[in-house]
Amino acid sequence: MAAVLALTAVGLSLVFGVMRVVNVAHGEFFMLGAVTAWFVATHVPGPPWAGFLAALVICPLVVGAVAAAADMAVLKRLNYDPEATIVATIGLLYILQQTALTVYGPEARPVPAPFAWSIRLPWFGWSGYKLAVIAAAAAILLGVWLLLTRTRAGLVMRATQVDRETARAFGIDTDRVYAGVFALGAALAAMAAVLIVPIQQAHYLMGHDPLLLSFVVVIIGGLGSLRGTLVAALVIGLSDGVISVFFSPTLAKILATLFVAGVLVFRPQGLFGARA
Amino acid sequence: MLEIRGVRAGYGAVAVLHGIDLDAAAGQVSCIMGRNGAGKTTLLRAVMGLLPVTAGSVRLGGAPIHHLPAHEVPRRGIGYVPQGRRLFGPLTVAENLEIGLMARRRGAAVRDRVLGLFPRLAERLGQAAATLSGGEQQMLAIGRALCLEPAVLLLDEPTEGLQPSMVALIRDTVARLRAEGVAVVLVEQRVETALAVADRLAFVTGGRVAETVAARGLAADAPQFAAHVGV
Ligand SMILES: Nc1ncnc2c1ncn2[C@@H]1O[C@H](COP(=O)(O)OP(=O)(O)OP(=O)(O)O)[C@@H](O)[C@H]1O
Ligand SMILES: [Mg+2]
Repeated sequence: MAAVLALTAVGLSLVFGVMRVVNVAHGEFFMLGAVTAWFVATHVPGPPWAGFLAALVICPLVVGAVAAAADMAVLKRLNYDPEATIVATIGLLYILQQTALTVYGPEARPVPAPFAWSIRLPWFGWSGYKLAVIAAAAAILLGVWLLLTRTRAGLVMRATQVDRETARAFGIDTDRVYAGVFALGAALAAMAAVLIVPIQQAHYLMGHDPLLLSFVVVIIGGLGSLRGTLVAALVIGLSDGVISVFFSPTLAKILATLFVAGVLVFRPQGLFGARA
Repeated sequence: MLEIRGVRAGYGAVAVLHGIDLDAAAGQVSCIMGRNGAGKTTLLRAVMGLLPVTAGSVRLGGAPIHHLPAHEVPRRGIGYVPQGRRLFGPLTVAENLEIGLMARRRGAAVRDRVLGLFPRLAERLGQAAATLSGGEQQMLAIGRALCLEPAVLLLDEPTEGLQPSMVALIRDTVARLRAEGVAVVLVEQRVETALAVADRLAFVTGGRVAETVAARGLAADAPQFAAHVGV
């Protein structure tokens, strides 16, 4: 789904854009969001929508806190060295995955959708939930954009992105900014996961696909370019959906792969990325 | 106002400063001179907490600041104009100033005063800093630091690469800040500019202050310049 993919990819892109950290564990934050969504949904009494709403609030907070802790305990100590952090986040990926396997188990478990109605169009049906997911993802992305462009927190993030040392010389606690950005990136993945679990079950290995797809999106859009990430997510998500429906999922994957290869060869900085 | 005593600092295992002593008093301009690579920038970065001070002390109004995390230093009232300006290039002029204002929670009144000092910035508030001319960029770098209403202002070669009229504007600005009681620390390579604005000159060589002299009455061909600056 394009909308959910966009949320996940924006999280990855934001972290890279501000911190220059390629977060290989990003998909595990997605998985962690889905798994905690299952826990919350099964433990909150009442109708499905109550558990779902609770998950939508609690999961990003929990996953964001885990991410902030990982940032302060690991990434900060590596001084955000681009290569060392790749290795470290691979380690983080493994730890999160094995923890989920131990605590949650190997089963895939469903989370009920908060509501079930659908719109019937002459040629196909749209489930109401899927529409709601698109609307919710769009609202969250708009919120991120407003945060970055219209608020002081966003200004501080952008200044830190441009020049960390000078930001510190102007009173910005860049350690806090980094922890916050890493947490925000993870929280976006977690929100995407909460939105997706009623459609796709929660499973401890579910982080791989969104990680790969996010990288694809981010490569096409240009690492660190949020606008590029959004456009690429929509193009990839929509074309994947359309081609899968009318032709075959395999063809969709092949075309996407060719597209990525083409971008890498002809425009390695991404469609919207600035030349390094 | 600012007292630097026996400061040692460097990059990893490489020591650059071997015990710097320097004072900056309110309403005075202290000029640091020295050859390329003498450690002038290193000293200012150490004062800002951007490099660890491995020995010695830096005090601001009597209170030690050399152990503070870097982001606390500006909050105590030290403004910094880095070498090469280091503006937030993609951010607008207004946003660059806003970063300065946020450091000490200053508001529109301070901002308006800074813009009064550099009216050309007021006409370009919405423009990305990177697209300004060199002179305008330096105005913005100084303006951004003045948004802190600093008690101490560190300027690292602010006239580097600027045309004479801009150099004159920066000299005037420094003279004005001095009159307002700011303690100015100026790294300057041009003898003429240094003599025009400074109260005292400190010559840095080999990671130490080799000599400190009063600027008043010093001739442009004084032996210190030949010995320590190489002009
Ligand atoms: N980031 C760094 N890592 C390692 N060594 C550095 C670094 N920055 C500066 N140095 C070294 O420290 C010494 C002092 O450099 P510094 O920039 O302080 O000189 P400077 O007096 O400001 O020179 P200039 O007049 O050219 O600006 C130089 O030998 C330089 O090579
Ligand atoms: Mg220098």
